[in-house]
This record gives sequence, C-alpha cells and structure tokens, in this order.
Amino acid sequence: MAKLNVNIGDLHLKNPVMTASGTFGYGTEYADFIDIERLGGIFVKGTTHELREGNNYPRMAETPSGMLNAVGLQNKGADYFIEHIYPEIKDLDTNMIVNVSGSSVDSYVACAEKIAGLQNIPAIELNISCPNVKQGGMAFGVTCAGASEVVRAVRKVYPKTLIVKLSPNVTDITEIARAVEAEGADSVSLINTLLGMAIDVEKRKPVLSTVTGGLSGPCVKPVALRMVWQTFKAVQIPIIGLGGIASWQDAVEFLLAGATAIQIGTYNFVDPTISIQVIDGLNAYCDRHGFQSVDQLVGALDC
Amino acid sequence: MKKYILDMKVTENNRLHPNYCLLKLTTDELLPEMLPGQFVEVRVDNSPTTFLRRPISINFVDRNKNELWLLVQLIGDGTRKMATYRPGETVNVMLPLGNGFTMPDKQSNKKKFLLVGGGVGTAPLLYMGWCLKKEGFEPYFLLGARSEADLMQLDAFKQLGAVFITTEDGSTGESGYVTNHSVLKNESFDFIYTCGPKPMMVAVARFAAANSIACEVSLENTMACGIGACLCCVEKTKENHNVCVCTEGPVFNIDKLSWLN
Repeated sequence: MAKLNVNIGDLHLKNPVMTASGTFGYGTEYADFIDIERLGGIFVKGTTHELREGNNYPRMAETPSGMLNAVGLQNKGADYFIEHIYPEIKDLDTNMIVNVSGSSVDSYVACAEKIAGLQNIPAIELNISCPNVKQGGMAFGVTCAGASEVVRAVRKVYPKTLIVKLSPNVTDITEIARAVEAEGADSVSLINTLLGMAIDVEKRKPVLSTVTGGLSGPCVKPVALRMVWQTFKAVQIPIIGLGGIASWQDAVEFLLAGATAIQIGTYNFVDPTISIQVIDGLNAYCDRHGFQSVDQLVGALDC
Repeated sequence: MKKYILDMKVTENNRLHPNYCLLKLTTDELLPEMLPGQFVEVRVDNSPTTFLRRPISINFVDRNKNELWLLVQLIGDGTRKMATYRPGETVNVMLPLGNGFTMPDKQSNKKKFLLVGGGVGTAPLLYMGWCLKKEGFEPYFLLGARSEADLMQLDAFKQLGAVFITTEDGSTGESGYVTNHSVLKNESFDFIYTCGPKPMMVAVARFAAANSIACEVSLENTMACGIGACLCCVEKTKENHNVCVCTEGPVFNIDKLSWLN
C-alpha cells in the first residue's frame, strides 16, 4: 500500500485523484455509484457571483473520442450555492473546491470573497479559461496581462489555496502559468477545453447554438499532457493535470509529466466509477514499481 | 430512486424493421424498480464515434422474465452497433434515470387516458399502458407513423387497450398526423401522455390545452451524463429557465415548459 497523499499548497489531498468542474455536479450526483469520500477532491460546477442561465440548447456535440460543450457556466449564483448547496456538501470527508468564474474582474472578486467565507471550502479554482461565455472567462486567460490582473485582484481577497485553471487556447501556456505564479497563485490546473466546432452537413448548420464550444475527452489528452510537461519545467508551484484522463495509466502519464495531482472530467460521463478505478490503479502501480509514495512519480519522466 | 450500473446480458435482439431493433436484457439479480417514462444509458464500446453512452427509453419491464426491453431506432453508429448485439453478449447499462409519467391516483375518478406516440416515441407508451392497465385504468393508444410498416409492437399495444392509428401515407388507419385523428373529436379524455417528434408533441399539447386536458410530454434532448452533472440536455421552462431533461424530465407536464408561451 503506497502513500497516496499529496499537497497542493496548504491543501492536503488523501490521494491525487480529483474530479473536474462541470463534469461531476456537486459530487452528490455520483453518490449512488461510488463512495465520493474516497476522492482526493471534488471541483464543483463553475460558480459565478450572479445567476447565469447559460447558452441555448443545443449545447453538446459528440466528436471522435470526445465531445464539445457550450454550457456557458449555467449556475444559480454564489448566494444560492452558499444557502442551498454548501450545507449539503460541507461535511463530506473530501476537499470540496469551488470553481469560480466571472464576467469582469469585479465579479470574480465578489464571488471569491463570498466563497472565502465558507469554512469547509479549502480552495478555489479560478476559471480564466471558459471558452463558452462572451464576456470574461477565456478572455482573461489568453493574455498574460489579463490573467495577471484577475489573479492579482482575487489574491487580495482570497487567503486560502488559490488554483488557477489555464486555457490551452494560447500560443505559449507557460507564459500564462508564469504570470499567474508571479501574482501569487498557489497552483495551476490545466487544461480547460480546447475551442472547437462541429457542423451538421444535412442542415448545413453548426451543431452547437453558439457555433463553437469546448472540446474534451480522450482526444485532447496528448495536448494536455504536453502542456503539463512544458509548464512543469516553467513554474515552481504544483500543477494539477487534466484533459482526457480515462484510466490509471493516463493518470500516471500526467504525474510523470509533472502533475502533482490530476482531475478526471469527461470520462465520468462514460464510466461514473472511473475515478475510484484510477485511485486503485495508481496504488497498484506504485506497489508494483516499488514507489513508497505517489509523489515520487511527479515529474519523474526519464528523458 | 437509487441508480445502478449493471452488466446486463442480451437475451434477444429482434430486428423488427430496417430501422428498429427490440433489445431484451436481463441480469442475475432481480431488476430494480423502474417507472414508465424513465430511461437508461447504454455504453457502446469499441469505436471512437460512440464515446458517450446512448440514452434509450424503457420500452417494457417484463418482471416474469426479469427482462428490460429497449426499442432502439437505428440513427447513428451507436444504435447501429446495438442492433448487432447477439444473445449472451454483455451490455453495460445505467438505470433507472429521470422521472417517469405521473401515475393516476388509484382513487381517481379520471378514467380515460390517451397515450399518443409518434415514431420511436411509441416506445415508453407500451410500459406506461401496461402499468395503467395493471392499476385498473383504461389506456387508449393513438399511434402515428409514416406508413403501416413503420408501426412497431402493434399486437402488444392491442392487448392493453384500444389502438387508433394514423399514417402519413394512409397505408393503414386514418391518413395524416395524430392530431387529425377522429378519435380526438369523438371521445373525451381525462389525461394525455405523449412521446414523439417535438412538432407532434407541440401539436398534441396545443390540443390538450385547448380542451383543458392535462398533458405530459416526454423529451429526447441530446445528452451526455444522464444524471444532471453536465447540464447539456436543457429545455426552457415557462419562466425561461434552463432545466436538465435528464433529471427534471424526460417527462414534463406541459404547464412547466415554454412551448405554448
């Protein structure tokens, strides 16, 4: 039995396997299928200061080994989360991490401030990489100046572990990672979805109401892995890797490339039990290869 | 209701039509409770184009044989793959998902229930009709299809109640769409349940509203997770809010939706 616990800043994880925002609801949706308290953490659905209805249907297109989504941060707002959802999840024995999004620097700050007051939320993931909203979201995450501005402002009001979720839709993700590290981010998570589109040839129309959407699933894994590896060489803060993880082998790849922890996203839809299989698989891998602790794998790529 | 992920065994797979198969699945354990109108998500492996599970409505639950029936319309790679399953093969299924049709109160003085189906939308009405009959109610079925050959499971429907038919080409029953059928003028109904193409359900809902008949519609929006996590399958409510078809539906009272706004 290997030691599976890892740390992200002050955040202690019982194991490096977490579930990605927007794919796991508030965790309770999966409670019939798995013991969600076995997870290292759960990143809950993207939360904004005000209620958001999200984009019009259709919001989803299946693509080879993946899917496009254009949900557009549908959520009932921070106050609703605090009043109605937080009481239901606050006593779960895992890290409940809120993914915070906004349409302006002020709205990011307002949301982060509210979530900071919740005792049992030990961290936030600042989403500067959502490709499906017209204002804010990815607009902040594709330039160093924009990323710096929002992280600087949120850092001032958020004292706990601040994770910044990066967009892959940039020329050089390491520049953005360095910029947010310089503003005091405790960790970066990458990657958010890749901007893509799908066309219905019979109707000669886009499949998604928004024309473009975010691509996720196993098809993006090689891109995500490459970006984690590049970022690992560029920053000192711990990296949370995600993008197409569908097996324990995928998780090991991300750890070897430099991720301290990982998130499982889209594959939860295909196999709601995958996260537990990955925890068990990681443990067996460590035992088989003689690693006493899973953190010995981090960045251990031999190249 | 508790949801399960089961490895189920194919007992039969009958190609009823070039575009439909009736897939029957069983398990060693007793099947959990399932309500008419609920659906399942079937995992279809071994192809990059069938990444997500396929949401399929529950066609029937045969308690004597411990069988779940799925009437599958062959639309794309996933459903075409399902048509190739042979008896003995294992299929991974998540169930039961969503909310079913509202069953009338046993003491209800409402007696006449009309179940209106079009195309593959007839699928959940078989189990609903069976459940109504079992509870002592009288289901009437109004089924629409392009032509006679496209009407599925007619004999099974006829064992449960009166069946009225429309076909677009007039090859059997009355010619035209379900909402043109004379039974709607000649009989009065207490409740209408409908499932089929959206334009058909909208027309049925308009008829119901015009005649002050309660009406439930069953939707088939494209979806990913099936359990309310991804928020992809949304439909607009009357108040213009987006709600998940997989968890708030797939069955909705038409009063909840924006269709007749």
